[in-house]
Order: sequence, then structure tokens, then C-alpha cells
Amino acid sequence: MRRIMKHRLFWPLVALIVLIVINTIARPQFAKVTIQDGRLYGNLINILRNSAPLMLVSLGMTVVIATRGIDLSVGAIMAVSGAVALTIIDRSTDPNSLGTVLTALVVAILVSLVLGVWNGFLVSVLGIQPIIATLVLMLAGRGVALLITGGFITTVNSTPFEFVASGYILMLPFAFFISVAAITALGLVERRTALGVLTEAVGINPEASRLAGVRSRIIIWSAYAASGVLSGVAGIIYASNIRAADANAAGQFIELYAILAVVLGGTSLMGGKFSIAGTVVGVFIIQTLNSTILFLGVPSARSPVFFAFVVVIVVMIQSPQLHRFAGNLIRQVRSRGATDSTGDVEVPS
Amino acid sequence: MLDRGAGFTAVPPVGTRSRTEKEDATMPANIAVPSIVEMRGITISFPGVLALDNVDFSLRPGEVHSLMGENGAGKSTLIKALTGVYAIDSGSIEVAGKNQTFHSTADAQAAGISTVYQEINLCTNLSVGENVMLGHEPHRRRHIDWKATHREAAKHLEGLGLSIDTRSMLARHSIAIQQLVAISRAMVLDAKVLILDEPTSSLDRGEVDQLFTVIRDLRDKGVAIFFVSHFLDQVYEISDRITVLRNGQLVGCFQANELPREELVTKMIGHELDDLAAISATAERDVDRTGDPVIKATGVGKRGVLEPADLDVFNGEVVGIAGLLGSGRTELVRLLYGADRADSGHIEVGGEPARMTSPRHAIDHRIAFSSENRREEGIVSDLTVAENIVLGIQARRGLRRIRSAEQDAVIAEYIEALDVRPADPTMVAGNLSGGNQQKVLLARWLATAPELMILDEPTRGIDVGTKAEIQRKVAELSEKGLSVVFISSELEEVLRLAQRVVVMRDRKQIGELNSRQVTLSGLIDFIANEGNGSAA
Repeated sequence: MRRIMKHRLFWPLVALIVLIVINTIARPQFAKVTIQDGRLYGNLINILRNSAPLMLVSLGMTVVIATRGIDLSVGAIMAVSGAVALTIIDRSTDPNSLGTVLTALVVAILVSLVLGVWNGFLVSVLGIQPIIATLVLMLAGRGVALLITGGFITTVNSTPFEFVASGYILMLPFAFFISVAAITALGLVERRTALGVLTEAVGINPEASRLAGVRSRIIIWSAYAASGVLSGVAGIIYASNIRAADANAAGQFIELYAILAVVLGGTSLMGGKFSIAGTVVGVFIIQTLNSTILFLGVPSARSPVFFAFVVVIVVMIQSPQLHRFAGNLIRQVRSRGATDSTGDVEVPS
Repeated sequence: MLDRGAGFTAVPPVGTRSRTEKEDATMPANIAVPSIVEMRGITISFPGVLALDNVDFSLRPGEVHSLMGENGAGKSTLIKALTGVYAIDSGSIEVAGKNQTFHSTADAQAAGISTVYQEINLCTNLSVGENVMLGHEPHRRRHIDWKATHREAAKHLEGLGLSIDTRSMLARHSIAIQQLVAISRAMVLDAKVLILDEPTSSLDRGEVDQLFTVIRDLRDKGVAIFFVSHFLDQVYEISDRITVLRNGQLVGCFQANELPREELVTKMIGHELDDLAAISATAERDVDRTGDPVIKATGVGKRGVLEPADLDVFNGEVVGIAGLLGSGRTELVRLLYGADRADSGHIEVGGEPARMTSPRHAIDHRIAFSSENRREEGIVSDLTVAENIVLGIQARRGLRRIRSAEQDAVIAEYIEALDVRPADPTMVAGNLSGGNQQKVLLARWLATAPELMILDEPTRGIDVGTKAEIQRKVAELSEKGLSVVFISSELEEVLRLAQRVVVMRDRKQIGELNSRQVTLSGLIDFIANEGNGSAA
């Protein structure tokens, strides 16, 4: 039991389960999953589907944070990616052809890759502080997206494109499979190759890593590139969901939620050791919380406060200081009980 | 409280322990003076290291008591025990006859114990007067009376023979003046005990004299001075008593005027000197210098950092670099390794010209470099011992992960060969002692099978036993054909291991000596006097 409690995913998982349990107690149908037309429906399935954009962005953010960096431009990259994809589909003669949509997706992802590479260049080659380097694109990116869409919200009707966010495969939402694919790919790349441990080494001690011969520049660069690509895919899912490229609303504040998910998952903002599984749990916590707000009918004016309140509690549940404090308190209460029962009398020595 | 210290409380503070008794007989003036500080049986252990083992130490009002010992002997640990930085595991600390447990430096300060550190811990952005009086400013109508503050500060400073403008910024003054300001601040705190930790290391001779005048003056006023310095001359000049620590243990407490220097050095270094005699055979070994050198640097330098220097190292040779801190020895090897970029000179590896503009180039040429800065530039503290050891080979191989069987074999081999303790590959490297971290770094580099190993201060801050182990390892590896560049502040070590010694001073190479033909004093003389014919 003690070993399980020491595991770094223990407290994040506890928080997630508690959230689901509270929801289920409040309204038993929360956990209900039904089958209609060979598809699974229910709140939990919605969480799997709706969490996909945040999941992708947070995975990229995890790797960037592990290198001691941060990527504030993820939301802007989402906007650009969506704008690129929808503009290509919108201008094509046949928006419903699979070829058009695939071209649009590939181009959008390539553009996102270029943006990620740009971020990585600023950070790893020019040595600009990550928060400043990515702030540039965070501010400029939405402008670029508006330029691409010509200042309008581009909307399309394209069945293959809508499938990205709304389609189903094997009874489950297609978007969920994108999440799973990203988690698996990142997990394999980081843990089956040495990239993960080299990334951690660079994040913990860049100078020692450099002197040990680690190619820290390319490792940091690749982290931002990965974050760019993942944000680009997230942008496509978002655009597919609303069938429109909204340069202002796409991925708004998602960088903050992604950072939150990474931290909830137990990866330190100081860089170094990171946990992909932790981030996955962190994303589910945030998404469950969002559903809770809708599901329990928290008035929209109050929902930010409610959200913040729950996040503070979740973070406190994970605080080692609080664990120690609670431990001491329990021990004190116990030992006081013990002395009382023996009726100890102090003898001056 | 019933603890291990209880046995000691039956013993009167002064005069009963045989050693102390003998000393007091020769110094009648002090018999009447009871100690102000009595530390008994102090034991402090850190994970893996017994930093202090049952050490006694006493301070009397009106004396200067020096604490001597090699790096890692436990000097700073003892100071930190007295000032409340470290909690003691066992033993007792008595100040002015009262048993004390300090939880912080503030506690110690309240009991009259003040410390002046080598790196001044004052606010350089405040005025001299503000620094002296900080927290003790005179008030008038609930506001600080700045006039009175500066008047009082000036009075305290004059007490130390220092007349400077108390309204000037502290940062504008020299380290020596800042140190005196720190001392007057201690006087404001009404210190009965003044701890001076390496106070003279950055002072010139005139400033040292000024400091010593102040110290003598305070001593005569009855302040107990606890003095730590590695300059033997100064220790003898100022001390009444000398306590020697070695490897965390008390060697003894002696009257300064009864302890000849050679004896002091022997006590500091101890029997380890004999152990290490065997290693010194390395320095005597003949090296074949006929072929191409493993590395040959000609005129390698960098403006403002290092004047062009030459260095060649042959197969199986150990070349020492001697010089004081800041003499350019670290700068030279960093240029050789490509950790910094040289702007002049050229380097040949095995007879072929080589470009060294990044550590990776050096590593490709089978050169390894262990930095003097173990924590910042060596160990990746949050990774495990195993991950730290394989980091070097992994970095060479790129992203292709080394098979775990191969990894485990390498890790087990080097943990055993270098006797890393604890021998637990899953332990987080940051939790190891300094000596074991150094071993892990050696393991990291040895695993890459280098031809040249550059070791910058590999034994700094390491206990004597591990130090000898590391030296033995270097001797052993060089005999098997590894070339080594060895830098150490401890010249004995350099002379023991190296066949040739390159001497640096003021960021310049000033000469090269054959270690067979030079004695320790000859080498020191050479470093100090640029070898004006005085070297052996």
C-alpha cells in the first residue's frame, strides 16, 4: 500500500476518481454509457472525445517543459493550423473529396511543424528565454491566422473533414483514437529510444549534459517541433468540431490549461523528469472538471471560480508538504492518545 | 534529558581531561578563564559520510583558536554545528556555561556567536552604516533615527580603527573593508565569540595586517576568536591554540608555540601520507615520449581568459597542472576540451590537426573532461546513478537506446571497479556524497573508453580515504596507457601522480617542471616566484 501511495501517479489518479465519483453520486446517469446505432454514448465517452485537443497540446507541452522550457504559442498554432486546413478545403473545387481533405491536413500539419521549428530555433539556437520566444508567436500567430482566412470565420461543409472530430470507429470517437495514437507515438519515441532520458538530462542540468556530449540543441529544438505538430493536429480537431476556422477563439487559453495538465500530472515546471502518463491523467482531470461544470449546471458566470476552486483542491491533495503536515497531525493525535492511556507522570530527573 | 551527552555533564568544563590539563600547565594565565564555548563529543553524519566523529572543541575568552585540517576534514561542518546551521546527532554544546541547542544562525547570534564568512554576507547595496546597524537602528518617535544610526555605526567602526564614510555604499569598498564592516556588525550584536572562516583568502598582505590588528584588539578585549585559514604562516602568526581535525576526527588540541610546523602538517595529513607513498611511484615512472603525443596544443589561448599556452601529453602519461585558483589552469583545459572556444592556437590529436569547438569534437577524439564543478557541470542530480553512468556512452550513440543487458553490465562493472557507495544503481545521484559523485563521473567517462582524461580538481571536498582511492585509480589507469591531465590545488597530489607539471600563474603558462626533479617547496616557490632560478 505504501509503495502504491508513493507512486507519482497515485494522487493524480485519486483526484480523477474522486471527481468522477462525486459526479456520479450527484447524478447517477453521469457514468452511464449507452449504445445507439453501434456507437457508445455518454458523458465519459464525451470526455474521451472532447479531451483530444487538450491532450495533444499537453503532450507537446510535457516534453517542452521537461527541457526547462515552456510553449505559450500552442493556441496560436492551433488557430493557424485550422485556418490553413479550412482555407485549402474552402478554396478547393471539391470540399467533399478525401484527397482535398488529406492535402489540407498535411499542409496544415507541415505549417505547424514550421512554426514549432521557429520556436525551437529561437530557444535553442538564439538562446532566447522560452517564455519570450514563444510569446512572439502567441501574439503574432492569431494575426497570421486572420490573414490566412482574410479576416473572416471560414466555414466549410466537408464530410471527410467533419469525421476528424465527429466520426466513430469501433464504437468509439475517432478523436479519441488520435489521442491514443499521439500518446503511444510519444511514449515509444521517448522511452524506447534514449530521447526521454537525454531530454531529462538536458532539463535537469544543461551544462553538465553539454559537457557529457549530449546534443542538447537538437533535443530542445525537437521538443518545440513536436509541440508545434501536436498543436497543429489539435487545431484541426478543433476546427473540424465547429466546422469553421475561428482565428480568435481556436485554442484560446489552451496553453494555460495544458501547463495545468502537465503540472497536475506531476511534471515539475523546473524541467527534468517528466511523465507522459501523468499528463494524460492531468488532461482527464481538467476535461472531467469541464464536464462537471456543464453537467451540474454551474452558471457560466460562476464556472471560472468553481473551476479554480476545484483545481486548488486537487493541487493541495498532491502537495507533499500537506501530506507531511497531515502525517504529523495523525501521529500527534495517536501519540497523545497513547500517553493518555498509560497515564504517564513525568518524573523530574 | 537522558542522552549520550549525560555522561559528559559530570565532567567539569575545564581542566579534567588529561590533554587540556597538560596545556594549561604551560599557560597559567588561562587557567582562571573558563571556556565560553565547550563542544563535546560532537557527531554529525550525512548520508554515507560521518562528517564529524566525537569531536571536542573549546574556546576561551581572549584567545585566538585556529581550526586546521585538509579539505573535507570537517572544519566547516564544525563551524556549522556551532552556528546552528547543522543539527548535531550527538554531543553537547555549552555556551557560557549553559547547554544550548541552536536551530538557526539567529539562535547562535542571540547567544553571542557571530560569523564572518569568506564570502561576505552583508547587503552590498546598502550603505556601510546601514549594514553595521541593520536591525539595531536607534529609533525616535517610531521611526529610524538615521543620524544616530550613522553616528553609532561610525563609533563602532572607529573602535576597529576604521574611519570611512558610513553613508557610502558597501559595494564601493574593498573586500578587506567589507570584512571589517562585517566584524563591526558582529560587535553591534555584542558577539562574545567571533568565527572567522577563511577571512584572509582574498586579502593582500597589508590588508591582512590591518585585519590582524583588529583581531588582536578584540582578543585583548576578551572576545574569543575562532579562526580558520589554510595559510600556515597566518595561523602561526595569530593563534594561541590550534585544533587539528582529520577525516572528521579530532587529532588534538595544541598550544601554537609548542607545535612545530612539520608536526602540524603531519597531523593534518596523517598516516595517509604513507599510504600514498606507493602511488608516488607513478611520478617516477618513465614515459615513452618518442611517438606522436595523444594531444598537442600549441599556442592555445583566448583573449581576456588565457594567454597562449602549450601542452602535450603522451600515451600513458600524467601531466599535472599546478597553479592557484584563477591561474588559468581550468581555462586551459576547457579550451582543450572545446567547452570554451579558443581564439588562437591549434590542437593536434595523435599527430592529426583537430578542431575543438565543442565538447562533442573532443569526445569524438576520445577525450574526456571531468569539471571541477561537480554539482553544476558534472552530475545530473535527479537522474539515477545508472543513468548518470551511461549518459556518456548514450550521448555518443545518439538516440539508439543501449540494450539493457549491455547497460547493466557497464553499470555493474564500474560501480564495482570504482567502489561507488552505496552500490545501488537506482539511487538518485544527487543524494550521493561528493566523493561518490566524483566516482560516478569517473565511471561515466571511463565507460566511453577515452584515450585522454582531463580531471579538474577530482579530489576537491572529498574525504581523505576516497581521495586516496581516486588517486590510486588514476595511477593504475595511466599505467595501463590512459593519458591524464590532472589539476589539483593540492600540490602534493599533483607531484605524487604527474610525471611532468605545467605551472600556471595569472592566466599564463609560466613553465614546466619534471616532477622527479622538484620538491613540494620547490614547486610552491616556482608558482610564487616564476621560477627565478629558485626551483630545485
